[in-house]
Amino acid sequence: MTQTQSISFAGGFYDAPVAASHAFRAAMTAMARPGDIKVIEGAQPPKGLSVAAGSLLLTLCDPETAIFLASDVDSPELRGWLTFHTGAPFAPAEKADFAIGGWEALTPLDQFKIGTAEYPDRSATLVVEMPELSNAGPILSGPGIKETARLSLPSLTEFQGNAQLFPLGLDFFFTSGSQVAALPRSTSVMAED
Amino acid sequence: MSNYNFAYLDEQTKRMIRRAILKGLAVPGYQVPFASREMPMPYGWGTGGVQVSAATLTPEDTLKVIDQGADDTTNAVSIRKFFERTAGVETTEETEQASVIQTRHRIPEAKLREDQILVYQVPIPEPLRFLEPRETETRKMHSLEEYGLMHVKLYEDISQHGAIATSYAYPVKVEDRYVMDPSPIPKFDNPKMEMAAIQLFGAGREQRIYAVPPYTKVVSLDFEDYPFEATKAEHACDLCGAEDSYLDEVIVDDAGNRMFVCSDTDYCRSRRGAGHVGRLAQEEVA
Ligand SMILES: [Zn+2]
Repeated sequence: MTQTQSISFAGGFYDAPVAASHAFRAAMTAMARPGDIKVIEGAQPPKGLSVAAGSLLLTLCDPETAIFLASDVDSPELRGWLTFHTGAPFAPAEKADFAIGGWEALTPLDQFKIGTAEYPDRSATLVVEMPELSNAGPILSGPGIKETARLSLPSLTEFQGNAQLFPLGLDFFFTSGSQVAALPRSTSVMAED
Repeated sequence: MSNYNFAYLDEQTKRMIRRAILKGLAVPGYQVPFASREMPMPYGWGTGGVQVSAATLTPEDTLKVIDQGADDTTNAVSIRKFFERTAGVETTEETEQASVIQTRHRIPEAKLREDQILVYQVPIPEPLRFLEPRETETRKMHSLEEYGLMHVKLYEDISQHGAIATSYAYPVKVEDRYVMDPSPIPKFDNPKMEMAAIQLFGAGREQRIYAVPPYTKVVSLDFEDYPFEATKAEHACDLCGAEDSYLDEVIVDDAGNRMFVCSDTDYCRSRRGAGHVGRLAQEEVA
């Protein structure tokens, strides 16, 4: 118990305003340029969560945002760490503003909020932990992409289905180590030829 | 300085703005509501743009602020000073040197790059507002893509004036979906919005943030028989000779003599620095 607490208190941003500004720039650039892989760091989350995912959550989450932890990342240590550093409440998938986990554990996607016709922004953002990220695989096109881009997505059909919902839908960050990439709902996804 | 948080805003406010920016980028042209904060400057001074810049800046950024194309107006100077003091960022008047550019009513003439961010100050974010004052109704119209009234308004222009008279804040359609107000830039600037830089829009009083990612399709509304035209005064700049820049008409003496000069002061200055000479500058030389 004592050990859990000492882990929870550690690993936050050093000089939070500056660390968060750097982390946000990486996140924003990734979301504005789907497929671009950026470095995002600053947080030292407990074992089981990447530096990138931890840094994203510290940058974007607070008492106003509900977090869903998928079964593969959920742990008392992570809960303690997030509560201490963000104050964000935990929620089931259907109420989450942010959801974190590996791809298998996060699916099916239809359990998450996709926004409403008048407020498409009221949708969940998924942070998908990946073994690695690379500019290979499915072909991306749409806003933020000059011609086409490639990203090692964990699936094809789910993202195609999500793009069909536009302007509703989910937005994704993919994290691995200290790297982040993103796929907003506005991106079209095609199989590689 | 130590009394302020980095870039003035508290972290919780920045997180809220940052979340809105991300959703704005994910749904290009859609207006994301946010809880605008009181800023140490009056509305009309770009409090929406200032909040978006504050949530976006890093200490390593170089900031440029322009007001109708000029870096030296009171408004531009005080916003620049505000961020020098609260964020410790470098500032510049040179478009090329800037990583973040906050603007009121212009897009720089120089082509913006992928590593730049353009932040617009927006007075009225809702392009349908003058057709429908009720927010609940305009939201519904956007959700149903009910943009017919917008075309009717533009067409009335044509029947009255023989052309579309709207010359500022000319509405655009973003990625074939949302009709968006580009802020009161001259319509000359509209075609530049398909650019390599990230574009963020902040409306303080109306509490809206929206965004256009790089290379997003941005089309000015028009009609087959009356295609959109990015018009400007039919002159060259009297100082630098530029024929491709947006011009301001300036009265130069008591006799009412006029001259045309680039509204983008950095563009004009850099052209003159490179040896380009306009009509009036030639007279001075002679
Ligand atoms: Zn000029």
